Amino acid sequence: MTISDVPPIVTSRFGDPEAHTLERYRATGGYEALAKALSMGPDAVAAEIKEASLLGRGGAGFPAGVKWGFCPEGVWPRYLVVNGDESEPGTYKDRMLMERDPHQLIEGVLIACYAVGCGQAFLYVRGEMALAQERIAAALNEAYAAGLVGRNIMGSDFSLDVVLHWGAGAYIVGEETALIESLEGERGMPRLKPPFFPAAKGLYLQPTIVNNVETLSNVPWIVNNGAAAYTALGAESSRGTRMFAVSGHVRNPGVYEVEFGTTTFRDIIYAPVYGGGIAGDRELKAFIPGGASAPWFFPEHLDLPLEKVAVDKAGSMLGSGAIVVMDETTDVVRACLSLVRFFAHESCGKCTPCREGTTWLERILSRVIAGQGRATDLDLLMDVSDNISPGIAWPPRQTTICPLGPSAVSPIASALGRFRSEFEERIAAAEAARVTAVPVEIGAGAHG
Amino acid sequence: MARFSAENETLARSIIARYPRPKSALIPLLHLAQEQDGWVTDDAMAHIAELVGVTPAEVLGTCSFYEMFKREPVGRYLVNVCTNISCVLLGADDLLAHAEQRLGVTVGETTPDGAITLEGVECIAACTEAPCLQVNYRYRYRVTPDDFDSLVDDLTAGRLAEEIPDHGTLARVRQSPPADRLAGPVAPDDREVPVWMVPAGADDGGARGSGGPGGGS
Repeated sequence: MTISDVPPIVTSRFGDPEAHTLERYRATGGYEALAKALSMGPDAVAAEIKEASLLGRGGAGFPAGVKWGFCPEGVWPRYLVVNGDESEPGTYKDRMLMERDPHQLIEGVLIACYAVGCGQAFLYVRGEMALAQERIAAALNEAYAAGLVGRNIMGSDFSLDVVLHWGAGAYIVGEETALIESLEGERGMPRLKPPFFPAAKGLYLQPTIVNNVETLSNVPWIVNNGAAAYTALGAESSRGTRMFAVSGHVRNPGVYEVEFGTTTFRDIIYAPVYGGGIAGDRELKAFIPGGASAPWFFPEHLDLPLEKVAVDKAGSMLGSGAIVVMDETTDVVRACLSLVRFFAHESCGKCTPCREGTTWLERILSRVIAGQGRATDLDLLMDVSDNISPGIAWPPRQTTICPLGPSAVSPIASALGRFRSEFEERIAAAEAARVTAVPVEIGAGAHG
Repeated sequence: MARFSAENETLARSIIARYPRPKSALIPLLHLAQEQDGWVTDDAMAHIAELVGVTPAEVLGTCSFYEMFKREPVGRYLVNVCTNISCVLLGADDLLAHAEQRLGVTVGETTPDGAITLEGVECIAACTEAPCLQVNYRYRYRVTPDDFDSLVDDLTAGRLAEEIPDHGTLARVRQSPPADRLAGPVAPDDREVPVWMVPAGADDGGARGSGGPGGGS
């Protein structure tokens, strides 16, 4: 195994229970990057982040520095929206960063706005995260009082308000255009792209950068240490470190910051310092490599590195850094239902294939589990899936505005593709029971 | 009580003032209404509509999209048991069944004394701590049926009143930036180039509204 002992970047203060205070943050180098950035000038800071090849940590993995450069020249004002709406099943990292090191995030926000020229920043925290909201509110209050946020930051001509905003329970709002709708006070439904790419037309139809919490939490370190130090870590197409949550049937479920692109799935699931292997030494059946939306991986994928290109090529994605491990005892039909039900529940209803399709996928799976499956149900599942995501391929094609609908197809295609017999067994049992059932006499009235 | 109290109306106005457009404050104001009354009443939505300058129907339109806003009374404590993948793998189904049995209600219902509403919810971002639940959005990790019983005992005996506020209250720390430190909201039609983006040496004429440097490239 190749466990690197790279020092943590974004979780470096997690050992300190008081790291969320301004006093402790400053005692450990906090806001030095902001001071340095202010002395470098905005263009140099933006160039440094671009040079670091910092990939977005929200799911799509797009380089943050490139995204920053997409704002059309000369169009003002620009806004920054921080996506702290973490809710992809299996994902647990942004909440930790917001609760344990809120100043690191705020410093990242300030540096990003300084580099891009954003006039105002909105920090959108998921509604269900009360402690994260408290920690960020307290951190902002301290930072305002210390002259680190607001008017003439650190005595410079850089001024910025950071507004903490809470969501109210809607997974879809993690999609960047839905996030913007929500921030405008609307129902959180995605916008059609194009033309509404946020960097060009985002919040209030002005250029808007939407960045994930973990992405921005990397920024202070990069400014402090330089892009070269960052690109010295990780693989060629996946620089720095990355947080992964390992959950499910492992001995040590946990959130681990590892060198990006060099650690393998086998390392993170089995190494004693990470997942520690499967409880009871049972066999691995399947694992989800990047959150509920990602197609599943199987034992033959264990030696793939946690690296964007390799995982994409193998037919899935690292997504939001969520690895869910399922051992041999897992009822895959039940596991599949819990994932599909999630997407059915969270579909915003804007696009028909998703609204109706995910609902039908859930109903069909539910009846298979309830012992009422029909012989035609498996083909029907694939047919409905094909209506949402034509061809059921990876990367998915979609008949919908956003990727939520196609995400519901991932668990279906994975579970049915690999474990079709488990579905068939349930249906065969249901069909057998149906044959022996006593027919119900239908009264004459029913036929008119 | 249903419209905002005088104190909350003042707070509502200060929240609205932080946004470039008043309607952006809708969700924060709905949270404030729920904090005041435990749920979102029609009168509160009408009041919010007045404050923000939209119709009550628009407020309802936004409110009804988001799961956390309750448009009828719920228990003092809302117990949300996670039923998504990582929790299901580690016993969430059994935990939820136990919860129903212990409370004598089915999912979605409130105990007859109005103390506890039970819900099964989607992923709440504590996947490594499965099975997990939240009480009024405060976490409990790796919950066993026995843990659940103790939790209910503690809640009903009032032993957690300090840690867990009544339903409707989320963060108990509010943003309170001092007025003299605020930079102020930036309106979407404020076309001025941010001063720090103006290249050193550029005169005012070149700096205002004429484009400026393309930041971030």
